[in-house]
Amino acid sequence: MAGDKTVETTGLLGWIDRRFPLTSLFKEHMSEYYAPKNFNFWYFFGSLALLVLVIQIVTGIFLVMNYKPDGQLAFDSVEYIMREVPWGWLIRYMHSTGASMFFVVVYLHMLRGLFYGSYRKPRELVWIFGMAIFLCLMGEAFMGYLLPWGQMSYWGAQVIVNLFSAIPFIGPELSLWIRGDYVVSDATLNRFFAFHVIAIPLVLLGLVVAHIIALHEVGSNNPDGVEIKEGPKDANGHPIDGIPFHPYYSVHDIVGVAGFLIVFAAIIFFAPEMGGYFLEFNNFLPADSLKTPPHIAPVWYFTPFYSMLRAITADFTWVLAVCSVLGAIALFFRGGLRGSWRIAVPVILVVLAVLLRVIDAKFWGVVAMGGSVVILFFLPWLDKSPVRSIRYRPTWHKYLYAIFIVTFLILGYLGTQAPNATFNLMSQIGTLIYLGFFLLMPFWSRRGTFKPVPERIVFHAH
Amino acid sequence: MSQDTLQAGGSVPLDSNQPSDPSRRFWVTTACAVGGVAGVATAIPFVGSLAPSDRARAAGAPVEVDVSGIAPGEMRTVEWRGKPVWILRRTPDQLKDLKLVDSELADPNSDRPGFTPPYAKNEWRSRKPEYFVAVGICTHLGCSPTPHLAAGDGPGLPSPWEGGFVCPCHGSIFDLAGRVYKNKPAPDNLEIPPYEFSSDGSHITIGIDEENKA
Repeated sequence: MAGDKTVETTGLLGWIDRRFPLTSLFKEHMSEYYAPKNFNFWYFFGSLALLVLVIQIVTGIFLVMNYKPDGQLAFDSVEYIMREVPWGWLIRYMHSTGASMFFVVVYLHMLRGLFYGSYRKPRELVWIFGMAIFLCLMGEAFMGYLLPWGQMSYWGAQVIVNLFSAIPFIGPELSLWIRGDYVVSDATLNRFFAFHVIAIPLVLLGLVVAHIIALHEVGSNNPDGVEIKEGPKDANGHPIDGIPFHPYYSVHDIVGVAGFLIVFAAIIFFAPEMGGYFLEFNNFLPADSLKTPPHIAPVWYFTPFYSMLRAITADFTWVLAVCSVLGAIALFFRGGLRGSWRIAVPVILVVLAVLLRVIDAKFWGVVAMGGSVVILFFLPWLDKSPVRSIRYRPTWHKYLYAIFIVTFLILGYLGTQAPNATFNLMSQIGTLIYLGFFLLMPFWSRRGTFKPVPERIVFHAH
Repeated sequence: MSQDTLQAGGSVPLDSNQPSDPSRRFWVTTACAVGGVAGVATAIPFVGSLAPSDRARAAGAPVEVDVSGIAPGEMRTVEWRGKPVWILRRTPDQLKDLKLVDSELADPNSDRPGFTPPYAKNEWRSRKPEYFVAVGICTHLGCSPTPHLAAGDGPGLPSPWEGGFVCPCHGSIFDLAGRVYKNKPAPDNLEIPPYEFSSDGSHITIGIDEENKA
């Protein structure tokens, strides 16, 4: 017939391929997507994140069938799911454990990127889409946590929405607009429900597609940080250091899935509350707008950022202001900035130092918390190291990464604890280390003796 | 020369290197601008629908509380506009000790605007020294501080401790007049809501005063 596309496939598949690029899409993204042959276990976490996303969507759909987004009914409807709906407890625990496991998997996925320089040119957009996914996940987790309408749900939402009130001038009106009421109330619960089940998941799915398309456009990085596309090619023009994603890595990832599911099932069946870290004990009390529980803390995956929020006190803004002025002086004399930047950047830093002392510490706490996430977006441009992978960096770079990871974990621990003077000092030091790691990266990442990077990836078959 | 005539001719292929037709460029820009205005205008009702509803706005009715039954040193919590409002009847000792902590406070005279009505801008931050009325919501991020009314040292409390409130969320500390301690995350003293005493002094109405009528 005229206008028919010529395709290689026949039968039903041929009929489809003449109308929709099914075979060519499968080839492009699976059977002829060539990935470096030296992936290690760190490369499980991308496909695991996709698996958890599917688990969250499926369990979420079934939870919505029995959940009631209503200030009067929400808490009881969750208890109803747990006690009376057939298998409701399992579906709910899969969803609540899935939320925490999502962050475990995503943090490890990001750490992998940090180790092997997977965000470096030309993969900046892969990283940025990934960071946008991380932001969506944080919003999704925060809004989802309000839905059980327990004490921790309620006061956690109260605190986070009030973060926006710290913004000068528009803050109080903005937080009122977000809540839709003068306090967290039924109106807030309903809109969070709408965002949690419709708005953010739609954006999230779009970003996941963009993340994968961007990745497949530039090709995967690998533990050596060497481009396989620049290496030798076979007769068909495919890099000989690459292997097709399907079947090699699709099967490889099933090993990761099996390991993950063992851990996942063990948590669901034996420790679904994870000692109060995955489901906090105070959330088994219904929300009470008149009484804050004696100790409130966000769920573990937010606590490193929450610690930085708490660390900024009026005294500590002096320290930050001094750091800012020292940074301005160093940049002016030694920074290597050219032209008008040489004046502009130090001036901006001095203005920042003044503002640090003029605007309330409360605002700067919010800035530190938001900034500690936003700064990750700029990682591709902060890292000036001549090599991608940590394997070929100076040994002391590895110590810096170790200090950073330990600091992040300590900040996470401190965020779960009640505030006191010692912990506050520790989180202030932690905040300086965290911010310093990234803000000083343009200076430290290019220094030291780098090891020679091999022409081709190093791989020893098992 | 307009590109229309070229296309209408049919036989002459369109030259892609030719500069764009200014008259068309003008209308494309205009159409985009008008469409953009329409898009922004459409967003207004959606953005507006997130603001508090009429019902939420109307729910702020004043609350009347009988305070004659509150013993000295006792605190009662009532709900006003969904927020906890504390009514604490302070003992003479507690009132006397308020002065002792002045040097520890960020804003002992309540000079910062917005949280203290004129009639409460005094040492006790209240209309009658005895009765302390405040919104029990921390000015940092909105948790409700926990009362630690009794004087005497305790874990997490500054020393000496003359009684006050400690926020469980971020550790802000307030004295028995709701004044915030220095170097804590909360920037302001606790908010004093509008309130009035009845003529015989036995009731407090929260939500109305000289400036805020019901």
